[in-house]
Amino acid sequence: MDNRVIIVKNLIKKFGTFVANDNLSFEVFKGEIFGFLGANGAGKTTAIRILSGLSSPTSGEVIVAGVNASKKPEEIKKQIGYMSQKFSLYEDLTVKENIMLYGGIYGMKKSLIKERTDNLLEKLNFQEYGNKLIADLPLGLRQKLAFSIAIFHEPKIVFLDEPTGGVDPITRRQFWEMIYETAERGITVFVTTHYMDEAEYCDRISIMSEGRIVALDTPANLKKLYSADTVEEVFIKIARPVNN
Amino acid sequence: MIKVVESSGISKTFGTTNALDNISFSVNESEIFGFIGPDGAGKTTLFRIITTLLLPDKGKMTVLGMDSIADYKELRKNIGYMPGRFSLYQDLTVEENLNFYATVFGTTVKENYDLISDIYSHIEPFKKRLAGKLSGGMKQKLALSCALIHKPRLLILDEPTTGVDAVSRSEFWIMLAKLRQHNITIIVSTPYMDEAMRCDRVALIQNGLILSVAPPQKIRDGFSRKLFMVKAREKHKLITALRKYPDTMKAYPFGDSVHVTFAGDRITESLFRFLSEAGLNDVTVKETEASIEDRFLELM
Repeated sequence: MDNRVIIVKNLIKKFGTFVANDNLSFEVFKGEIFGFLGANGAGKTTAIRILSGLSSPTSGEVIVAGVNASKKPEEIKKQIGYMSQKFSLYEDLTVKENIMLYGGIYGMKKSLIKERTDNLLEKLNFQEYGNKLIADLPLGLRQKLAFSIAIFHEPKIVFLDEPTGGVDPITRRQFWEMIYETAERGITVFVTTHYMDEAEYCDRISIMSEGRIVALDTPANLKKLYSADTVEEVFIKIARPVNN
Repeated sequence: MIKVVESSGISKTFGTTNALDNISFSVNESEIFGFIGPDGAGKTTLFRIITTLLLPDKGKMTVLGMDSIADYKELRKNIGYMPGRFSLYQDLTVEENLNFYATVFGTTVKENYDLISDIYSHIEPFKKRLAGKLSGGMKQKLALSCALIHKPRLLILDEPTTGVDAVSRSEFWIMLAKLRQHNITIIVSTPYMDEAMRCDRVALIQNGLILSVAPPQKIRDGFSRKLFMVKAREKHKLITALRKYPDTMKAYPFGDSVHVTFAGDRITESLFRFLSEAGLNDVTVKETEASIEDRFLELM
């Protein structure tokens, strides 16, 4: 059985003469927690936009959840979920309204939305918050809810952008446990982050520099290879930022 | 010893939120003092009070021997403040921003150039570029240069490294350490626990309360139990099993391992038997040193 959820072969993306992604090749597997790292300007955002169907490659092959990114980018969007630390939920809508909105956007039936909403609120111990505005929830709860909503339509892959940056250590750990559980259920978790300690939680990580992938392995193997104690040390040794 | 900052009983509420609750601490001359805590802990509110931009509801704040309310005008001349949000003029060039800040404080770039040369030299090649067009790392260096250009005695940096990549973060801390030669006291906040180790002393802050103030190594040493690092391939299964093991006090994910404390502060064969019965046969256990984050978790 083919366990590959993301297949990238010789991906090149150019903007004019600038090569943002320079011949990327990598694969990500079902149920894997994959960390996608790189300095500012290394080409991460460009690559993620292609992987999520928002932009198409100049050349090369990109297959996400079995869909070819050059041919059917719209199909990809149905198969993925997305959550970022900066933008996640509508603050002036209630918890239930946010869930309904996202479910509706992904074309889920009303009855299914209702059923899963009840399950979700129960699982998160959120029943009392159902009719509260997002603006009135503490940050930690918002983050957990945002993640739950990103996987509400049961996508094959969920993209997380700095998911636990800035949250307190306890919430951060509860969040990672949710991620582990999600991955164990078979949903691939694709994490981009500047926080190198977040990278330590991933099964495998790739490090981009100047448009190329310069390292890809488990955190433990990379630390061994570069004789480093932390992923941060590995990163500093190999990821030269483009601008100073 | 002269205290650069002396905070006693500072409280501040916004509506029903206790942003700061009876905060007392002091900062010594030429030290790098860190406030470590998550978003919403109260770091920015506290910094706005120290920099005279916000009035406390209760308590007294003395900065550089002056009262933060009565002497605010004089005090502002001696403080450099880099807010969390990039707040330079995006439609001015690098050079124009720096000149502007120097002029506002009645000085020139030339006069204090030696203080910023180390930092500014990285962005000087781009001095004709608009500040809004700079990369994150370059913006941060420009903001620091502008905060320093009037040669302040106290520099206050609110999350200067948030959103900046690890390479630039590391460079930034080297720059801060060098500023000490100029007798500048630095107060810095960060949500990155690992950056605590770069400070002379740190205050752990959460929900408007200071949990602990000490040199970073002392804070780590404060961890009250033996800490073990447990690893296995299936992490979720491992955490779930460890929590069911009768001797486990606490088990939580920590990077590629699970950090665990046990009732007897030791591990026995029965642990491996227990985990093996749970289907985990690739378990390794090692005693490990507590990090600042472990201690923070213990105090929370």
